[in-house]
Amino acid sequence: MPHSGINVLFEGHNLVRLLGGLWTTVWIAALALVLGLSLGALLGALRTLKNPVLRLGLRLYLEFFRIVPTVVLLFLAYYLVPELFHVDSLPGSWMAVIAFGLWVAAEFSDIVRGALLSVPVHQRESGLALGMNRWQLFRYVLLPQALKLELPATINLATRVIKTTSLLMLISVMDVINIGQQIIEANNTTYRTGVFWVYGVIFIFYFVVDYPLSRWAQRLAAQQKV
Amino acid sequence: MDWAVIQQSLPEFAKGFQLTLWLSASGIAGALVVGVVVSLLRYFQVPVLGRLSGAYVEVARNTPLLIQLFFLYYAFPVLGLKFSAATCGIIGLVFLGGAYMAEGFTGGFNGVSQTQVESGRALGMNQWQLARYVVLPQGLALSVPALAANVIFLIKETSIFSVIAIPELTNTALDLIGLYYRSNEYLLVLVVAYAIILIPLSLLLTWLERRVRYATFGD
Repeated sequence: MPHSGINVLFEGHNLVRLLGGLWTTVWIAALALVLGLSLGALLGALRTLKNPVLRLGLRLYLEFFRIVPTVVLLFLAYYLVPELFHVDSLPGSWMAVIAFGLWVAAEFSDIVRGALLSVPVHQRESGLALGMNRWQLFRYVLLPQALKLELPATINLATRVIKTTSLLMLISVMDVINIGQQIIEANNTTYRTGVFWVYGVIFIFYFVVDYPLSRWAQRLAAQQKV
Repeated sequence: MDWAVIQQSLPEFAKGFQLTLWLSASGIAGALVVGVVVSLLRYFQVPVLGRLSGAYVEVARNTPLLIQLFFLYYAFPVLGLKFSAATCGIIGLVFLGGAYMAEGFTGGFNGVSQTQVESGRALGMNQWQLARYVVLPQGLALSVPALAANVIFLIKETSIFSVIAIPELTNTALDLIGLYYRSNEYLLVLVVAYAIILIPLSLLLTWLERRVRYATFGD
């Protein structure tokens, strides 16, 4: 088959370019996760404190990110960050890291709060009875148990972040989908069915990354139920 | 912030608002139907179909809606299957949402205690009767929290429809920004529009979750 659509993948550097796009996607997701998980852990711990002002503020922060769709968050960052901070040469990829990072922080703060609160009360009381101070209690009793409890939800959040990176093309980041579109357009006349194969490969890329992660999360969650 | 700009854009946004509501409603309704069927096929381990349902759930849940839409809208026409953008949107939302809803229902069905199912069998109920009189009434109540979360999630996902040029809320805002360069105003209207849909809805769903807790058996 001289003009089978699948050959579009092996034309020139197409496959290498697609993999390069995948790399952009991966590092943005990774950075957003690092930023979001660190900030989210802090916010989640703060949300277990009794201070009403702090709790309300953080709750509003969470609800904002829950209500606004991620596409809209991305555009908010794209249009507002340059205006607010008077920078106009920040590349779209960094905007995306900021938007996704703040969103992950909001979601993760809720996971952390839930996990910290679900550590049994007698654990906390035993710690106090041993004469631990608040920091020791947090570091040696609450945190290790909470980390284990929150792991499945955190992995699921990571799979969501990876899927959400598909939106990067909307703010013209050269991610895997954007490069895929360029390849499709450049080869449209020679490979009429190329569109099917290029999107097919991208579809498989996402599945190959996300499927093992969600299976892992499922297995961990099932173990915890026992 | 120019309020006149906002005021002038409101008729456009009203159209987008209606479309977002309509697409969400049809997509969610379809997703609920697909979800219930798929989860029952899996729950009763129906040969072949049960396994296929499992595969469908994994594929739909582990790939982004955007790529699913691109497939429907750009790749399928090459194979001779051509749909309008709005139809692609609804099909995409049902495909994605069906899998999420199926997971929600499955969680609820698995929460129905095994003694209930075994008692049903002991009474001589067949598969259909077990589903209709034992598993569904209790399982549905248990799955409400997960389904409620999915409803909110799917409404937000309709914003991705803007990539295939369906003039829903997000697409309307992006179009207006492209035409008039008033990003602050239009983004504000956009966020407020989503808040108008999602805040009352999430309050309603929280109420519903509390309400159906009475329906769970035994605890």
